[in-house]
Amino acid sequence: MDINSIRLHYEIPGDDFTIAGEASSNVKKMLNQLGIAPDIVKKTSIAMYEAEINAVIHAGGGEANIEITGEKITIVIKDNGPGIPDVELAMQEGYSTASDYVRELGFGAGMGLPNIKRYSDKLDIQTEVGKGTVVTIVVNIN
Amino acid sequence: METYFHSVTLDENKCMGCTNCIKRCPTEAIRVRKGKARIINERCIDCGECIRVCPYHAKKAITDPFDSIYSYKYKIAIPAPSIYGQFKPSFSRNQILNTLKAIGFDYVYEVAKAAEVVSFATREIIKKDGFKKPLISSACPAVVRLIQVRFPNLIDNILKLESPMEVAAKLVKSEVVNKGYALPDEIGVFFITPCAAKATSVKAPYEKERSNVDGVISMKDIYIKMLNALDRPEETDILDKAGYEGIRWAGPGGESTALETDKFLAVDGIHNVITILEEIESDRLEDIDFVEALACTGGCLGGPLTVVNPYVARKRLRKHVIEAKEKSMPKTFQEKYDSDLVWTSDIKYRPVMKLDEDIIKAMKKLETLERINKELPGLDCGACGAPSCRALAEDIVRGIANETDCIFKLREKVRELAIQMAELEAKMPPVLDREKGKR
Repeated sequence: MDINSIRLHYEIPGDDFTIAGEASSNVKKMLNQLGIAPDIVKKTSIAMYEAEINAVIHAGGGEANIEITGEKITIVIKDNGPGIPDVELAMQEGYSTASDYVRELGFGAGMGLPNIKRYSDKLDIQTEVGKGTVVTIVVNIN
Repeated sequence: METYFHSVTLDENKCMGCTNCIKRCPTEAIRVRKGKARIINERCIDCGECIRVCPYHAKKAITDPFDSIYSYKYKIAIPAPSIYGQFKPSFSRNQILNTLKAIGFDYVYEVAKAAEVVSFATREIIKKDGFKKPLISSACPAVVRLIQVRFPNLIDNILKLESPMEVAAKLVKSEVVNKGYALPDEIGVFFITPCAAKATSVKAPYEKERSNVDGVISMKDIYIKMLNALDRPEETDILDKAGYEGIRWAGPGGESTALETDKFLAVDGIHNVITILEEIESDRLEDIDFVEALACTGGCLGGPLTVVNPYVARKRLRKHVIEAKEKSMPKTFQEKYDSDLVWTSDIKYRPVMKLDEDIIKAMKKLETLERINKELPGLDCGACGAPSCRALAEDIVRGIANETDCIFKLREKVRELAIQMAELEAKMPPVLDREKGKR
C-alpha cells in the first residue's frame, strides 16, 4: 500500500437525516489534523456533505471512499439508487426531485449538485437509471 | 514559543483526577496525568466549562483580589450587566450600583451603558451592508477563541468591534478626568466579571495591544461584601443610567434584539455554539445577518463566576429591563462616541489539532492513529486520562501516551502474559520430569 496516501471508507445509511453528514464531518476533522489549509477543508467538507446527503435522500444510502494524498483529495460516493435520468438538468440550480417531506427538513433545494460543482476542482458523475450513481469529487490541495 | 495566559487554572490539592472535566471540555484540552488534570494551554479557550462541572471545585479562575483596588487612588467599578440578576428583585438597580460605592469604589459606570454604544455601532454596520454574513458577535471572548482554534474559516465573520467592557473603561476614564475627579494615572478601572474568559481578555487581549481595564474582580468574590452592604439604604448617587437595551445584554438574545433586525440567531452553551458554528462554516445557515453566540448556558447570567442560578437570574433581570423601559429612559446613546471601536489587532488561526508540520508525516500519523483507534475498546471511559478512545489514539501518535494507558489493553496484555506463564509452568525440564514416588 502506498504510504503517501490515506484511504477511508464509510457506509452511508439511507433515510436517516439525524446521522447524515457524519462521514463528511469525520473527514473534515481528519483534514484539520493533517494541517490542510482551512479553505480547502471547507471546500472538501461541503462538497462531500452535499454528495452524502444526496445519497441519503435519493438513493437510500450508499458508501463513501476517500483518498487523500499530498496533492489532492478524492471522494467517491457510490449508491445503488434510481440513477439520474438527465444529469444536465440535475446540475441546474434550483432543480430538485426531492419529496415535500425532504424539503420540509430544509434539504432538496436543488442546490446539491451545483454546490458540489462549485466547491470541487473536478467533478465526475457516472449514472445509470435503475442501477445507481457514482459521484467522484476531486479537490486539489494547495 | 508563544506563551498563553489563561484565567482557568487547576487547584492541585483539590483535584481528584476524575474524568468529569476531560469529557466536557469542548476543545479536548484536558488530560489526567499522575492523578491530576492538566490543561493543554494552547487548546484552552477559557470557556469555564470545567469550572462548572468539577465536583471538587478544583478548577478556578484567576482574577484579581478585591484588595488590589487599593493600589489605585481613584477606584472605578464597571460591573457587567449580569450583576443585576444576582440580587433579590426588591433591590433596585440603583441600590445595587450604589453598593459598589459602599464597599470601596469611588465611581461606578455600567458596562450596560457601553453595550448600547456597541449596539449602535453594530446597527450601523448591518445597515450599511457589505459585511461577510453572518456577522458573529465578539461579545463572548471564549467563542472568539473557539473560532480561533476550531473554525478558521469564520475568523472573517467576527464582529471586530471592541467589547462593551473595553468601551466602558475608555468612556469612564475620560469622564472622570474631564470632571476633574482624578488624573489619568491615579485611576484604576475594575471590571466585575461573571466569567474567566473576560479575565483572560483583559490580561491577554487579542483585539489590541493593551486593555483599558486595570483589574478584573470575580462577581463571586465580592458577592458577600455586596450583600452585607445592600441593607444600608443610602443611595447617594444616581448611577443607573443605562437603558434596557444595554441591560438585556446579560442574557441570551439581548445583544441581538438591540439590532432592529429579525435576521439573527442567538445560541448559548458552548456545545450548542459548536453545532451552530459548524452549520455556518458549511454554508448551511441561510438568511441570517447576525449570530450571537455565548459560551455559557443562559448567557453571561450563567457565567461560572456568577452566584445565582442562571434561570432565576434571568427572571430577576427581566424586572430591571421592564423598569428601565417604564422609566422610558431614552436610549442613552446620545453623547457622541468619537473613538473608533474597531479592533486594532487581529486574531490568527491556531491550528492546534494539526498532527505534524509536514503533511506526509501527518498522514502517516493519522493512519497510525486510525489503526490504534480501531483496536481500542471504544468505550470512551476516560480512565486513560484522555476524553475518548480516539483522543488517546491521537495522544499515542503525538508521543504523549502509550497503548497500555488503556486499562482494557493493559488487562489484555496481562491476560496474554498469564496464559504464557501458565503454559510455561506446565512444561517441565526433561531431567525433572519423573513419575511421582519413584526416586
